[in-house]
Amino acid sequence: MDKNKPYSVKQAYQELVHRFTPRSRLAQGCLRAFWVGGCICLIGQSVTDLSHLFLDLNSSEAQTFGSVFLVFVTALLTGIGVFDRIARYAGAGTVVPITGFANAMVSPAMEFRSEGWVLGTGAKLFTIAGPVLAYGISTSVFLGILYYFFRW
Amino acid sequence: MDSLLLYLKVFLVGGLLCAIGEALILKTKLSPARILVLYIVAGVILSFAGLYKPLVSFAAAGATVPLTGFGHALAQGTMQAVEEKGWIGIFTGGLSATAGGIAAAVFFGLITAMCFKPKPKDY
Repeated sequence: MDKNKPYSVKQAYQELVHRFTPRSRLAQGCLRAFWVGGCICLIGQSVTDLSHLFLDLNSSEAQTFGSVFLVFVTALLTGIGVFDRIARYAGAGTVVPITGFANAMVSPAMEFRSEGWVLGTGAKLFTIAGPVLAYGISTSVFLGILYYFFRW
Repeated sequence: MDSLLLYLKVFLVGGLLCAIGEALILKTKLSPARILVLYIVAGVILSFAGLYKPLVSFAAAGATVPLTGFGHALAQGTMQAVEEKGWIGIFTGGLSATAGGIAAAVFFGLITAMCFKPKPKDY
């Protein structure tokens, strides 16, 4: 059959496309999320260790201080517009750590300033934090009830 | 040397939890908001089941900084308060243990949202 020639062109084209397509979105996305997320956790650990050493906090207070520090930095970076750029690169790398929680509060609160301080900023602060707290707290209360009765 | 190893574990575990989140976002079309809810609920359940604490003692901030760690703090606070104060601990324990993070997020969130105007989105 004479389909040989067009077929091979097609195949060559496919090979070219394959060669120039960037690595799969999944692998690339996961890699980015991995190293940025890992670094955020490293920052949390260093701040925790430093505050334990220099601020005279016990280990659980130091851990709280680490979280508070990350939340503060995230809020600030979101305010000046830098966090969005990091988040676009890192995806879940910035969403999964506590930075994602902080960003999810500041970002809509800032966005809806035009709707007023109460129903704009105040209410939108909880667009995403609301559901997170609602489900988190409810799960812990529900399991707390079970724990009270069964004490495993 | 010990602390260097700890930092390596922090990086690996924290990174891995984030990579799983990214895979979930890309594979299942879960929105980031749902990822947050999923992670915190998963953290609470795993912690109540006693499965998250070993990860925290293994990787410290690698396990506590991701939102699952927030769920873990809720769960541990609840369990501890139930042991110490009885049934009232079911309601007071979780939020007492996470008060710092929540108060900081609300306060700094509100202040920054008041101080900065949103940037025009360039994408």
